[in-house]
Amino acid sequence: MTSEETPHFHCPLPIDEYTHVLLAHGGGGRLMHRLIEGLFLPMFHNPTLATRHDGALLECGDRKLAFTTDSYVVRPLFFPGGDIGTLAVNGTVNDLAMCGAHPLCLSSGFILEEGFSVASLRRIVQSMSQAAREAGVQLVTGDTKVVDRGKGDGVYINTAGIGVVMADRLIAPASVEPGDAILLSGDIGRHGIAIMAVREGLAFETTIESDCAPLAAPVLALLKARIEVHCLRDLTRGGLASALVEIAEAAQLHIGVRESAIPVREDVRGACEILGFDPLYVANEGRFVAFVAWRDAERALSLLLSHPLCAGAALIGSVGTEPQGLVTMRSSIGAERIVDMLSGEQLPRIC
Amino acid sequence: MKFIDEYRDAEAAKRFAAALRHITSRPWTIMEVCGGQTHAIVRFGVDELLPKEVTLVHGPGCPVCVTPVELIEKAIEIASRPDVIFCSFGDMLRVPGLSKDLLSVKADGGDVRIVYSPLDALATAQENPSRQVVFFAVGFETTAPANAMAVFQAFRQGIGNFSLLVSHVLVPPAMEAILSSPSNRVQGFLAAGHVCTVMGYSEYEPIARKYRVPIVVTGFEPLDILQGICMTVRQLEEGRAQVENQYSRAVNRNGNRQAQELIREIFEVTPRKWRGVGEIPSSGLGLRPKYAAWDAERRFGLADRIVEEATVCISGSVLRGEKKPHECPAFGAACTPEHPLGATMVSTEGACAAYYRYRRIQMRHTHAPEHQS
Repeated sequence: MTSEETPHFHCPLPIDEYTHVLLAHGGGGRLMHRLIEGLFLPMFHNPTLATRHDGALLECGDRKLAFTTDSYVVRPLFFPGGDIGTLAVNGTVNDLAMCGAHPLCLSSGFILEEGFSVASLRRIVQSMSQAAREAGVQLVTGDTKVVDRGKGDGVYINTAGIGVVMADRLIAPASVEPGDAILLSGDIGRHGIAIMAVREGLAFETTIESDCAPLAAPVLALLKARIEVHCLRDLTRGGLASALVEIAEAAQLHIGVRESAIPVREDVRGACEILGFDPLYVANEGRFVAFVAWRDAERALSLLLSHPLCAGAALIGSVGTEPQGLVTMRSSIGAERIVDMLSGEQLPRIC
Repeated sequence: MKFIDEYRDAEAAKRFAAALRHITSRPWTIMEVCGGQTHAIVRFGVDELLPKEVTLVHGPGCPVCVTPVELIEKAIEIASRPDVIFCSFGDMLRVPGLSKDLLSVKADGGDVRIVYSPLDALATAQENPSRQVVFFAVGFETTAPANAMAVFQAFRQGIGNFSLLVSHVLVPPAMEAILSSPSNRVQGFLAAGHVCTVMGYSEYEPIARKYRVPIVVTGFEPLDILQGICMTVRQLEEGRAQVENQYSRAVNRNGNRQAQELIREIFEVTPRKWRGVGEIPSSGLGLRPKYAAWDAERRFGLADRIVEEATVCISGSVLRGEKKPHECPAFGAACTPEHPLGATMVSTEGACAAYYRYRRIQMRHTHAPEHQS
């Protein structure tokens, strides 16, 4: 028998804890979750925060309000299909929509860098105004600060939003039930690839435009048609994979999806193949998943398909009980694999 | 998508799997050399389609995994200098050195940039004449031509503020190291298709003869890999040991002559340390004396630095194909992609990371009792 003793391997000691914030702490993956769970949740501890929803749900007389906030630090500021202004409005509108809420009004805080072009700022504010009109919300209050040259990236925007909850039942991972159908509102990966292409100067045969869009209308259409909606989640950083993993972990249920059912545009697939990215993890800004009661699945899908923003909607899988808390996917060649959350940002591979 | 979907067809995969079952009469152990193939195998679940007699073991062909911590430490030291712009492929940034990784250097204020090509790093050097631009040149024969081109251009254009931190490794010496190990159990190889697009495959013919081992040059799509396995098993069953080419749509016997000439012009064969394996003679590339001016180790006075590494994980055995990732007691517990103990957990091409991401279901089911004992 050969000796089991291992020779002297060249392995470094582990890095136990990062003492500084890494970019990956904002990447939507495991490091960010650790920051939220290890720092923010225990420090701010309260029952509303503990629901870990896209927005807080607040009782207000006989109505329920949804309240949410998000900050936008995108680079480049302008990209095919939108700019930081469109993102700042739609992102917050979408967080409200994912609570089953009808978005009412937004606040907007600008952090501007000394020397930033006023023409660019005007363009961004115009985009915000137009996006707000399209989403049916008003920007009702705001704030402006200027930081020294070199201390900001041109412009950062924070928006907060308030909406009226239209759903009768709680829309959250806790409401997901075994047997639920999982609907995806359209093809994935466009926003992330559009940004990457501009940022890295990658030229593809066609211009890939961001999917950035307000999602309240299709969500409210589902609720109005009395579809039994259990959970909604917009796909942002971390992509479809991270959204599904979060929900599976929170609900302690199994999510099974089929790779062949998940729509990805040809040009996005091509870009992902070149960069060594998995489209499941690429960012989106105008896509969501809806967990609905199985008996309503077909009706919900045809409602989504009739909406211009969800023309590529698809039924991608269903919820089960085992293996608990995991997402699995049937691959294109018919084998089963785990879908995990990324630890940090998706990094381009060597070869 | 054309040229992709054809190679991911479920029906064709089933047919290959059936053919493989038909020709397999006894147990065989086959190593896929390249990390890209390991990634595809677990991502698509190729190994689930194999008959139980066929065992795949994962080879040392992940450049991130085999780069020794000594080089990582040198990279960290160089990248921490205020006068340096340090350029690297993305996945090298997360590889831990002794106490930190390049991402931490960036968080501490170091100018660390992800690039897609060494020529982008060269352009950065031209745009920043007052700063030193260093490119972390890791990889096998696949990335060598582009790295050689960057140095060649820097030489021709007299770009003095550019240099390479070289950690280039070669496939054939690694295969020989595995085959000549007394504990070797590899009976056949899937050779790395992309390496062979550059080098061709004539250099594998003496290895196949000397060690009586079939070597099949194989592509990276699921059907490529299934076909490569079929071809290898057929050779094993028939008692043949030849070099065959599954990846003929990209590879020919002689490879890319121009690329090889450029590599030979810029680089010479040197001994190299491999993480998890140790030093293998004539297993890497270093800059020729003529181009020593573009060698970052010399420029920053690090050529004589030797870093000893602590022993924690079994990544050496994993890289040599002697152990599977989940056979490591640290796997998934002390060692995860966020806190890798070994490089095989760092890169998405690393066997441990691939297992961690895609394989925990089976592990939970089949290996839970072992963990309790």
